[in-house]
Amino acid sequence: MKENFFYILFLSAILIGIFSLVVLFVDIIFDGYKYLTWDFLTNYASRKADKSGILAPLAGTLWLIVLTALFTIPIGVSTALYLEEFASENLFNKIIKINVSNLAGVPSIIYGLLGLAFFTYTLSLGKSLLAGALTMTLLVLPIVIIASQEAIRTVQPSLKDAAYALGATKWEVSKKVILPHSIGGIMSGIILAMSRAIGETAPILIISSIVFITMVPSGPLDRFTILPLQIYTWASFPNDDFRAIASTGIIVLLFILILMNSFAVYVRFKTQD
Amino acid sequence: MQKDSRGIAKRKIEETLVLNLLRLSGLISIITTIGIISILGINSIPFFTEVGLLEFFTGLEWTPLFIPQNFGVSPLVNGTFLVALIAAGTALIFGLGSAFYLSEYASRKVRKILKPFLEILAGIPTVVYGYFALTFVTPIIQFIFPETIIFNALSAGLVMGIMIIPMVSTLSEDAMNAVPMSLREAAYGLGAKKYQVALRVIFPSAISGVVASFILAISRAIGETMIVSLAAGGKPALTINPLDAIQTMTAYIVTVSQGETPQGSLEYNSIFAVGLLLFLLTLIMNLIGRIVVTKYAQNYE
Repeated sequence: MKENFFYILFLSAILIGIFSLVVLFVDIIFDGYKYLTWDFLTNYASRKADKSGILAPLAGTLWLIVLTALFTIPIGVSTALYLEEFASENLFNKIIKINVSNLAGVPSIIYGLLGLAFFTYTLSLGKSLLAGALTMTLLVLPIVIIASQEAIRTVQPSLKDAAYALGATKWEVSKKVILPHSIGGIMSGIILAMSRAIGETAPILIISSIVFITMVPSGPLDRFTILPLQIYTWASFPNDDFRAIASTGIIVLLFILILMNSFAVYVRFKTQD
Repeated sequence: MQKDSRGIAKRKIEETLVLNLLRLSGLISIITTIGIISILGINSIPFFTEVGLLEFFTGLEWTPLFIPQNFGVSPLVNGTFLVALIAAGTALIFGLGSAFYLSEYASRKVRKILKPFLEILAGIPTVVYGYFALTFVTPIIQFIFPETIIFNALSAGLVMGIMIIPMVSTLSEDAMNAVPMSLREAAYGLGAKKYQVALRVIFPSAISGVVASFILAISRAIGETMIVSLAAGGKPALTINPLDAIQTMTAYIVTVSQGETPQGSLEYNSIFAVGLLLFLLTLIMNLIGRIVVTKYAQNYE
């Protein structure tokens, strides 16, 4: 009796979690499918819900992610390589390690404040894509570092030892043995970090404020908006039509994320030895 | 000997150069931390000199955008913890149950199917949860408690709790998996039933991991922004009624940032003061969480 009771209790705990996920997806598709047309992707935001589209935020998101990746990948992978292969166990390196895991727990809105005060005002980058991308870089860097460290750790020591025994230097071993053997894990870590960046709203909202933008950014110093910020703006209107197009925006956002996550799984699967 | 390799001197230079470049990358993470602390500190100094620490910590009203301005932070802290406790409580109930199921009951095959599904919850952007809370969960709450207004702490807290389930579940399951098989086998050998093993052997042994996951869940919930901005309202209030509209620290920062607040104004500086408090709160919770894991983790070696 009791045995079955607890079995059902624990099973329903996990099933309720998964059920909420299904309800969330169904609710959003049900609310938003009506507005999902080609025009929705190619129109700018408008004061009328049925004429509104997501061209500007879509372009802004694309710009932001490309710039963020450009900054994040070299810094993140270098830091991971340094911590795993080059650093000795001294105080300085211990501090870096603790620091990286602490940074991963800092709320994203705090990064927004950092970006606003430092990139926007101190460096006078304004409310630009560049300021947003630099802020996003600091935010996702811990994720890339930790994922890359894990990938690097999976490289078999015998492979490295063989290279060292042949007289290779640390950099040569890193370049020719470690990175080629851990590239799959590193890449899927990077893709996951970028999908985190695509969904982040708070730091960009702090830097860029709520804006009504009807242009595609043409360079890194332009003002911009991003998809989740546009969704937030529409969802906060007390108007059912705008809430409906907010859910259409969510459908597009979730579609992009599912695409990226599937790609990450594919990369990991493809590069497994 | 020299013929087949590049010059030793050249390789040495290259090695030193690379080492320093990599070290520089590592330094960026430290500079980030220093940057966060000093930016929050520097920008909140003018705020604290004008308002005073006493009013900030002991004042009972937070009305920075009206005249007369009041800067008592307690309503924001109250709202933040109200939502965070609802969220962490929800996540603990379902996360712990899921962890028991995954670690003690599920076959490997079932676990391999269910776990990734559960983890999708953690990957969904918070703005999506905010929309879900506002347009789906709030109407249900209003149906049950007809007096409820559209913005309330309960809806935001419940939905945030769902979002954090995978975090609590994973951390608790890790702690349960670390309990050695021999303890389970000993209990089964004495004729214990599965639920008795789970509740009386596994749970006490994994308690540090469970407590840590709860603390980290609260920390995560304190810093969450978009769900509370959309669903919990913008009205700072000293209340413990989950059906009331409240404002969290994060939602206040968002409210000020939505308008174009001039740099250097009191409102501009106030978001850094609130941010500093938020940063310190999450930092303390994260440190406690980590200490609980390492210090009270049972050592089975």
